Amino acid sequence: MEYIIITIGFALTIFGLYGILSQKNMIKIIIGFSLFTTGINIVMVAIGFIRGGTAPILDEAGKEIGKYVDPLPQALVLTSIVIGLGVTALMLAYVMKLYQDKKSLNINDYKDLKW
Amino acid sequence: MLIVLASVLGIASMVGAYFAIHSKSLTVAIIATGVVSLISSILFLLLAAPDVAMTEASIGSALTSAIFFLTLNKIRQTNG
Amino acid sequence: MGKKTMIALITLALAFVIYPLYQSYNGSETLKDVGQYYIDNGVEETGAQNLVTSVVVTYRGLDTLGEVTILFLAASVISFFLSFSKNDRIKSRSIRSVTEILTTSTQVLVPMIFMFGVYIFVNGHLTPGGGFQGGAVIASGIILMFLSNPRFKLSHKVIQFVESTSGIVFVLIGAAGALMMDGDFLSNKIPGFGFGEVGSIISAGAIPVIYTFLGLKVGAELSNVLGVFVESQSEK
Repeated sequence: MEYIIITIGFALTIFGLYGILSQKNMIKIIIGFSLFTTGINIVMVAIGFIRGGTAPILDEAGKEIGKYVDPLPQALVLTSIVIGLGVTALMLAYVMKLYQDKKSLNINDYKDLKW
Repeated sequence: MLIVLASVLGIASMVGAYFAIHSKSLTVAIIATGVVSLISSILFLLLAAPDVAMTEASIGSALTSAIFFLTLNKIRQTNG
Repeated sequence: MGKKTMIALITLALAFVIYPLYQSYNGSETLKDVGQYYIDNGVEETGAQNLVTSVVVTYRGLDTLGEVTILFLAASVISFFLSFSKNDRIKSRSIRSVTEILTTSTQVLVPMIFMFGVYIFVNGHLTPGGGFQGGAVIASGIILMFLSNPRFKLSHKVIQFVESTSGIVFVLIGAAGALMMDGDFLSNKIPGFGFGEVGSIISAGAIPVIYTFLGLKVGAELSNVLGVFVESQSEK
């Protein structure tokens, strides 16, 4: 099972990069970033998985199984998801301001740093 | 059993990712992103990570989609 | 040509980079050293049943402080970007009428959603969940309030008060761990916060207190981001 899930994670990562590179619409590019983050998060949690392990909560039900997955990647991914929301919101705020300026979502219309 | 479930979810998330990137309509793309996020939260649950699954379902799926839609609404308003 | 070939090349390059990672992955049967240490000693050292919580709040507490700072920075930059002067405001924002069902169900649901959020972060050391999840649940209650009442406005004073107070308390508890005991910053061994009986709600030292304030802070920050986005809709 964990092989299938890590494959999904890598596939989403590659799909996200492809979306970032191939799309012209800025909102689509941000969607690509979002897919990329999701894929990386899945891969990170899958690396900490132990076959037959249960969630790292040491209560009665957990002690019966006695085998736990690694809590460290889970804590890392928890952080990563919350920061991902902040970064996405920041990018969308930029897009809103850029659109007010030039009335276009096409990334090729923004050539202010090109000469 | 879990392998079948994981495969089905994997195919669904690939279809969702395809629509998120290649759909002509931005609304469809945003909803597809939310669906991929929701499926990934089920995958986290399969990987025995309930904390991460809760975070992904509430933040990655709900709040991110809400912010995307607010931006889209603002852009359409500005347009006319 | 050019562009499409480049895209294919870069995507293939990423695939090439991650292929060894994929190939060397074999679902392991045993834990690595650090994970094994947390499993063996986590409950004794922190008193929390949920090990993810003890990693987030105690072992990697400084990372969490940094994360909350990043979230705060992102929220402030967003507010700065989307703020607008009073003159730009269009008073007559077209407001769609809201159905009776949505208004009534919001009045019933929002207190329950808030209570659920508080439940999640108060029980963070026992069950899955914690400050981030509880804060996000509270923010989703705020979305419902925005949807049901278009004239609803977040009080910036309340948000500011909640956020700054909980941030200060978080840092003060961390400093208390460093000063009063020979412990480290954000250590869990503070006099006055006993470990109690593992598995009961009042246990695990300072973890429930820290996580409660963390939940309030994250909830206030996420609500603030949402509020700024909603407010910017009425801008010209």
